[in-house]
Amino acid sequence: MMAVNRMFRTCPSTGLVYHEPAEKLIRWNAVAGVVSLLVGGILALLVTLTRWPAVHLLPPDWFYLVLTAHGLNMLVFWIIFFEIAVLYFAASVLLKCRLATPKMAWAGFWLMIVGALVNNVAVFRGDSSVMFTSYAPMGAHPAFYLGLILFAVGALVACFVFFGTLVVAKSEGTYNGSVPLVTFGAVTAAIIAVFTIASGAIILIPTFLWSIGLVDHIDSLMYRTVWWAFGHSSQQINVAAHVSVWYAIAAVVFGAKPLSEKVSRTAFFLYICFLQLASAHHLLADPGLTSNWKIFNTSYAMYLAVLASMVHGLTVPGAIEVAQREKGYNRGLFEWLRKAPWSNPSFSAMFMSLIGFGFLGGISGVMMGTEQLNLIIHNTIYVPGHFHATVVIGTTLAFMGLTYFLIPTLFRRELMFPGMAKWQPYFFGIGMMGFSLFMMGAGTLGVPRRHWDMGFAGNPLAHEFPGTAYLMMGIMAISGILAVVGGGMYLLITVGSVFLGKKIETPGFKHVKANDGRAPAPGPQPVVAAGGAHAGIGTAGFIAPGTFVLALVFLTAFVLYYFINWKYLSTVWPLS
Amino acid sequence: MSALSPPPDRLWWKQPLDRVEGTWIAIAFIWCMVMFFMMPFWHVFGKQNLANEAYRTTPEMFQAKTQAMVDKYKIREETDLKIPVVAPPPGSDVYLIARLWQWWPMIELEEGKTYRLHLASMDWLHGFSLQPENINIQVHPGYEHIMTVTPNRVGTYSIICNEYCGINHHTMASRLYVVKAK
Repeated sequence: MMAVNRMFRTCPSTGLVYHEPAEKLIRWNAVAGVVSLLVGGILALLVTLTRWPAVHLLPPDWFYLVLTAHGLNMLVFWIIFFEIAVLYFAASVLLKCRLATPKMAWAGFWLMIVGALVNNVAVFRGDSSVMFTSYAPMGAHPAFYLGLILFAVGALVACFVFFGTLVVAKSEGTYNGSVPLVTFGAVTAAIIAVFTIASGAIILIPTFLWSIGLVDHIDSLMYRTVWWAFGHSSQQINVAAHVSVWYAIAAVVFGAKPLSEKVSRTAFFLYICFLQLASAHHLLADPGLTSNWKIFNTSYAMYLAVLASMVHGLTVPGAIEVAQREKGYNRGLFEWLRKAPWSNPSFSAMFMSLIGFGFLGGISGVMMGTEQLNLIIHNTIYVPGHFHATVVIGTTLAFMGLTYFLIPTLFRRELMFPGMAKWQPYFFGIGMMGFSLFMMGAGTLGVPRRHWDMGFAGNPLAHEFPGTAYLMMGIMAISGILAVVGGGMYLLITVGSVFLGKKIETPGFKHVKANDGRAPAPGPQPVVAAGGAHAGIGTAGFIAPGTFVLALVFLTAFVLYYFINWKYLSTVWPLS
Repeated sequence: MSALSPPPDRLWWKQPLDRVEGTWIAIAFIWCMVMFFMMPFWHVFGKQNLANEAYRTTPEMFQAKTQAMVDKYKIREETDLKIPVVAPPPGSDVYLIARLWQWWPMIELEEGKTYRLHLASMDWLHGFSLQPENINIQVHPGYEHIMTVTPNRVGTYSIICNEYCGINHHTMASRLYVVKAK
């Protein structure tokens, strides 16, 4: 009997079972993530104020430095630290299982911390302003690559601790049947993460060797091709992770059950199979690759990963709708949505994340990921407009929503400033929606990304952008400031609650014995007749008609926007 | 909290699909196929496709070819830097160098005529961004990318760089003239 390593506690309000070493790791990873978010957020404000033409805050060298650091701290450090916390949560807590090899997990954590610090130091020294993408042959200080490699190794260790925990849970019988859907989503994220980190190693290790003079040439096309297998795939980890978080929040807030386990899990499986092909999105305007290669890869084979996202986009709100209808909010198409808890920040954050990710991030991403349409978008500020919708509204906002759930159960603190917390997702979500939308607008007018001065001061051949482009950049910046305020509220609430919040004492707290960490023997299975489970709700044989109507609205927007862009493409210079 | 706990029905993969999901999957799948086939369709029937023609090159080779074109077709110089403006005849090969932080030379084309445009970088990555047309193409060092272009409107266009290329990236801009066919 392995009685040693078992220190569990049960959360009195949620019934979740925490393994203490896992709990500590989840907390520290989440805190490291939030610290990165703080750094990245300050940098975000500086970037925004510089790209606001009327303010134009920083000088160019600082702008490019700050933009590099912003990208790394947000896209890599904040998100991956938080994702490791989600992985440990999904394995250890949801499966009621001890975390495999906590010491290895700590080693991974500290590797990630050291890597993040080394990379940040390299950037702030000033000789590594190469952007998040660090395209060779533009070179950074060796420490820049080294930091990223250390961070990636640490993250890889964490992924294997996660997989190890799944094995432990299975062999020690801590659950019956299949893993929960959220854990399944986390498995998806972790598998994609392994692929991502391997790609990162394949490109960053030679580039590091090149930076110290041991390799004499890095081909720019090879670099972009392999780097994006890392760079884009790391955003796919986010997709799998934040979709899992949507399901989790729907379950926590509404007690929502997945409409069907089969559909949701198959959709995650499609992510595993096809999502990584999308690194081709970045290579559509490059020489040296054939159109066949571009079409197959940019469409994730045949848009099978898009299909998966469209499925999740239906099943998550669909599950909420069914749960609400069963509670009695069964009138009309949208009573379930009107009566949703809009002042619960977990829900409002999750729902805006879903809408923003789908309508703004999803549609724009598929459009610009179309081989020919990419020509009128590539490297304009439309691109960051798109990925702020996917990564910031999609991932960050979903993680914010999850945080409000985690503070009482994981950190055992009461939420500070609950009144502010109600408003925080709206400030952040609406700010980011405006930010993304106007960035995309400016991009369609040709404004380039990663560019200090859209006025080209000092160049006699300066291009003059239309006044609308300047206006859009201004509104973008104002929306960005709103989002920064929302981000600041989040940091104030979380940091305040975690360090100063009122402690939640567990009455009669005691550690659980080893045997209690095992799942009870499965009882007799209830017989569920087809269609009988949801009798009496919905209309026309549809259990979630409101969600279906919303999905059709989404599809209409998608189709119109897609063909409007083809129409526009048909007017530009013929090119072959 | 069902998504957070194992499915209650152990044989969850045998549960029948709900109608709302089945219908949506069918619609979404059809839309995915439409989007997929739009790309090959446009290769056959559309006029805006990026060429697949590219060769390995070196800065010296590309510089030499560009210089030969400039020597042959220069019509004037512009700005204090005396950047040559070239007007190669329709149908000919037009070379454009991208380098830190300049496009070289400047090009004058005729409306409605077709040219073979060659793009290459001398140093780092650059981004060919034709404004206000908003055609954007990645320019690599070591690769000569060749495409046929047919300017369809008279005017003065800008070529800006939209791939970050270091501290003076934001000063990298040039012109392209499209004039009436002679």
